[in-house]
Amino acid sequence: MTATREIQFREALREAMSEEMRRDERIFLIGEEVAQYNGAYKVSQGMLDEFGPKRIIDSPISENGFAGMGIAAAMYGLRPIVEFMSWSFSLVAADQILNNAPKMLYMSGGQWGCPIVFRGNDGAGGQLGSTHSWCVEGLYSNVPGVKIVIPSNPYDAKGLLKTAIRDDDPVFFLESERMLGDKGHVPEEEYTIPFGQAELRRGSWDQPADCTLVSFGRPVNFCLDAADELLKEGITCHVLDMRTIRPLDMESVVRSLKQTGRLVVVDQCWPFASVASEVITQTCERAFDYLDHQPLRVNSDDVPTPYAKALEAAYLPNKGKIIGAVKKTMGLL
Amino acid sequence: MPIKTVYKAQVEYMQILDENGKLDEKLAKDTLTDEEVLSLYEQMTVCRQLDEVAFRLQRSGRMGTYPQNKGQEAAAAGMGFAAKKGVDWLVPCYRENLALNMHGLPYHYVLLHWMGDERGNKIPEGVYVNPIAIPIGTQMLHATGIAWAFKLRKEPRVAVTFFGDGATSEGDFHEAMNFASVMQAPVVFFCQNNQWAISVPREIQMNSETVAQKAIAYGMPTIQVDGNDLFAVYKAAKEAVERARAGGGPSFIEAVTYRLGDHTTADDARRYRDPQELEAWMGRDPILRLRKYLTGKGVWDDAKQAKLEERAKTIVQEIVKTAEGIEKPTTDDIFDFTYATLPAELERQKSTMRTSSLGQDPAQAGLRDMGTATHGHSAT
Repeated sequence: MTATREIQFREALREAMSEEMRRDERIFLIGEEVAQYNGAYKVSQGMLDEFGPKRIIDSPISENGFAGMGIAAAMYGLRPIVEFMSWSFSLVAADQILNNAPKMLYMSGGQWGCPIVFRGNDGAGGQLGSTHSWCVEGLYSNVPGVKIVIPSNPYDAKGLLKTAIRDDDPVFFLESERMLGDKGHVPEEEYTIPFGQAELRRGSWDQPADCTLVSFGRPVNFCLDAADELLKEGITCHVLDMRTIRPLDMESVVRSLKQTGRLVVVDQCWPFASVASEVITQTCERAFDYLDHQPLRVNSDDVPTPYAKALEAAYLPNKGKIIGAVKKTMGLL
Repeated sequence: MPIKTVYKAQVEYMQILDENGKLDEKLAKDTLTDEEVLSLYEQMTVCRQLDEVAFRLQRSGRMGTYPQNKGQEAAAAGMGFAAKKGVDWLVPCYRENLALNMHGLPYHYVLLHWMGDERGNKIPEGVYVNPIAIPIGTQMLHATGIAWAFKLRKEPRVAVTFFGDGATSEGDFHEAMNFASVMQAPVVFFCQNNQWAISVPREIQMNSETVAQKAIAYGMPTIQVDGNDLFAVYKAAKEAVERARAGGGPSFIEAVTYRLGDHTTADDARRYRDPQELEAWMGRDPILRLRKYLTGKGVWDDAKQAKLEERAKTIVQEIVKTAEGIEKPTTDDIFDFTYATLPAELERQKSTMRTSSLGQDPAQAGLRDMGTATHGHSAT
């Protein structure tokens, strides 16, 4: 019965928040339209009815404001979940989320921790135009003190969000508006997923393959499609879903590389100083001699996100680009 | 009538003790007792002495960058004294040392902080003071958040946040004021208008006549006071704190004062400030004016002053000794306090830091642990 239960990504997020809120009275949700309107993307649907306006709080359009107040609440022992309708809007709150939340513990000699979750939609693909299509993981992962979670499916979304809410550090939880309607298996039983443990989604740890595909968030799904397509031509791939960027499970990347000798990193951010660059740098530092071909990146193109549907699709990583990169590492292109 | 006035407002200015030490008895009624004034005068003198010594410590390489409080002691004292120690929360920026000390933060913590030891912000148990906030304005939102929590919990407590005139140009100011007003949070916004945002004078920072009038837009009680006048600051602060505690929501106070020192020890105000302006404000020194007042009342004289100055020196010497006597932090701290629990990657860097100046050299940071040391040319 539970084995077949399928729910949407947004329902998985809601279940994670609601279950944690029932368990721990210190948790509250604040953001734009999260209460009366049930969330701009209906992630918090019904939560106002269950938890009331003291714990599901509508805020004025004031990202820096509610991020800052949430940080204070976290410093004083509450467990805020701050929803950014889009992570693109978090840019106006940068001083709070980058300069306060992740530094508070350090700058107080270990005293004032900041257990807060910032969550919301990240990434392009919905024809939202350049200013609303930010992939903030490239920008924010440079900052020590934060944890960055980026699930690719409903099961992980629920398990990782529960872990994020229980975590004692600030967690940036990146969802994708394009995936909120995706359905996937989510058991009814309680579970959490630890940070820093990548999941091998195609291939087997003890089976050699032709190439390792490393990705995180929505593009993991493009990698799975690409791997399935490549298999028809007899090309085998490991697909490694990183699930969290900070911490980054490089051990699993190296472990897979030892079985493949080839690496392609698929990342929806711009290429320059991206997470893909970081994965490749660390791979070169740690396991250079296992590489049979230079590692390749599939990123979005290094331009502002286009608005036009066809141009936006052309700009993002996709199955065709990934297949091309894998074949290139094998000398087939 | 096609056009009518829909809103009218005014801002009041209050001064009780003028720069010659003359007190407006009527306004001063029920403010501070003689004993309280004497005690605060002594504390302000110690604070000034600490400031002078901190400056010299920086010049001799024993302290990092330090922002002097000089000239703003009455503002910190009046506001600090009006808030209830052990009940209300102070959410500071960095130019109100005295207020923090009055609420229980030992001065050597402040020195420790500016000497570059983060443990200076590790506030002792039972002291309700936030860590010193260096980004401009961010702490105002923290104060609003804390105050809102008091309201939700129905606790009769008040959050007091300190900031300068420069911070009112930040977006945080608007968001904190708007939220506090909408939520009717028990917070006192205490602006020390010291006329300068580093090298930018107030009239270039804003085109409004006063800072206090900015609060009118948020429907918040607001007042401008002589910030070098202990009585006026205290009276306004007490009213604001009591109003907040009684459920009357947030208030705004503009304390008009002057930064007698440089912005920080990294600055030299002589390059951009008119020496005559400085001299005029020297004459309005909050400590000097209290001394005149106390002397006029016959409760103070030169002999007492000399004794106080000696005592202040001894107290500050002890503070410096305590701060410098604390064992220096180890490199472990920079890793240990980055996350609540040390991640594996930082654990590796931490152990490398202890044994080698190479820091994050990949061969040291990871290769041995990754089991690749025997493979190829990797350094071991």
